[in-house]
Amino acid sequence: MDILNAFVALLNFVIIPATAYGSQLALGALGVTLIYGILRFSNFAHGDTMAFGAMVTILFTWAFQAMGLSISPLPTALLALPIGIAFTAGMMLLTDKWVYRFYRKQKAKPIILVMVSLGVMFVLNGIVRVIIGVDEQQFNDGERFIIKAGDFKKMTGLDEGLAFKTSQGLTIIVTIIAVIALFWFLNRTRTGKSMRAYSDNEDLALLSGINPEKVVRVTWILAAILATTAGVLYGLDKAFKPFTYFQLLLPIFASAIVGGLGNPLGAIAGGYVIAFSEVMLTYAWKKVATYVLPESLAPDGLVQLLSTDYKFAVSFAILVIVLIFKPTGLFKGKSV
Amino acid sequence: MSEPFLIGDRMSGGYGQGPNILHGCTIAVDKGQIAVIVGPNGAGKSTAMKAVFGMLDVREGAVRLDGEDITALTPQDRVGKGMAFVPQTNNIFTSMTVEENLEMGAFLREDDISQTMAQVYELFPILKDKRRQAAGELSGGQRQQVAVGRALMTQPTVLMLDEPTAGVSPIVMDELFDRIIEVARTGISILMVEQNARQALEIADKGYVLVQGRNAHTGTGKDLLEDPEVRRTFLGGT
Repeated sequence: MDILNAFVALLNFVIIPATAYGSQLALGALGVTLIYGILRFSNFAHGDTMAFGAMVTILFTWAFQAMGLSISPLPTALLALPIGIAFTAGMMLLTDKWVYRFYRKQKAKPIILVMVSLGVMFVLNGIVRVIIGVDEQQFNDGERFIIKAGDFKKMTGLDEGLAFKTSQGLTIIVTIIAVIALFWFLNRTRTGKSMRAYSDNEDLALLSGINPEKVVRVTWILAAILATTAGVLYGLDKAFKPFTYFQLLLPIFASAIVGGLGNPLGAIAGGYVIAFSEVMLTYAWKKVATYVLPESLAPDGLVQLLSTDYKFAVSFAILVIVLIFKPTGLFKGKSV
Repeated sequence: MSEPFLIGDRMSGGYGQGPNILHGCTIAVDKGQIAVIVGPNGAGKSTAMKAVFGMLDVREGAVRLDGEDITALTPQDRVGKGMAFVPQTNNIFTSMTVEENLEMGAFLREDDISQTMAQVYELFPILKDKRRQAAGELSGGQRQQVAVGRALMTQPTVLMLDEPTAGVSPIVMDELFDRIIEVARTGISILMVEQNARQALEIADKGYVLVQGRNAHTGTGKDLLEDPEVRRTFLGGT
């Protein structure tokens, strides 16, 4: 029985949260990796793009809620998500037209484009804060749990409860759908293949008559879809606060780089590697240990390797380790 | 004498703001013929070909395709006009399969490409066996076949090859030259830069020896091979 309880505790506090968090990171990292593969720079504005997309979605969610529109038990935010994506895609295409294209025409070095994206980041940062404010916003509605801790205890008779939030289930399902759709697009459609060709060998893609501007446009739209989805799912799962999205930039970049920049499969793997490391290193293992170990060995302390305040240090450390030993990432990506 | 199908007529030019690399250099090829550009290192062989393809500024002179002045067109527009170019390096999409490479070559075409693809596979049977494999995993000679195949997918009238046999073994080189002759027989003009001057001139209908961006010798491949001056100064041996 103890092993079972230990497993349930592990599932409840580590595996489920880390899978949900990892899915959110994976979606974010996919956007970063696509932009890196096609436009050849690290887009620092990605975190704030997620915030922007989530913000638009939240505003429309509130509007829908006021109108009494609901798809209960699912959160109303899902209904507003396509609108959020549309606005974000429009915003990114305009940014490209007004800002990035100018530097692309000059064949600016990647580092210049990175700095440009930093500027875009600050502008977006400001826009989001001006429109929705700096405070935490709640927009989750509908059924909160798929499995409630109390129900689970009653059902199984175990001491340990298992809670599975709707937002977590939704995150995982939406991520699976998004990833399948993305890979289908990249591997099966003409436009998707031309994107891969452009990412692989820009000069040859031009020689083959692939239109770079179209490839760039499609990339921004895909990035907008991925960023908005990731942002909304993260907001549903935790809460929406502009600053946390800015902070998400580090684990997202760590995921993309750990997996191999420019490699979509790597971005997904990287997302889960980072999420699991973060959660496992900052989780207090006392409960699991008490169940598994004999009573005499039961730990007195929390058995927490790192305080949760240090979770960003985890992504940073993994990033450094991977860059030292495998500069192109776990999957073969481009070296940074 | 009527004008050749493709001609870079007395071209002078260089890269960007840089000095002229080509000085009144003329390169031409007729329909279904093979023209080869040879010359010592740094003679501007590749540069001359890139000038014909619009990859550098032609400041004087002109490039004409089938009588039409295309000097001002971008390389991409020239692809649309039926010119295909196989660069010396990075000439395949390494992360994509052989078949996807060919598909990308035909990106501009709206019609059914399966027939052209079948022709390419007929020309390079090994590619058909490896069509699901990533092109980057192939050997040097096979990669060159993918590169040439990709260029052929546009159904070009002119095929330009920048040192197609660089870095492949002599056997593979002979094989590639055979294939290039076959391509020429289908009516496609071939313009090619080659390091292996002797072998290349043997299959050439027309040869251009460039020295320091100028035409040094011009003639049929056979003439150049027999020209004592060319043999002494360039081909080496007796």
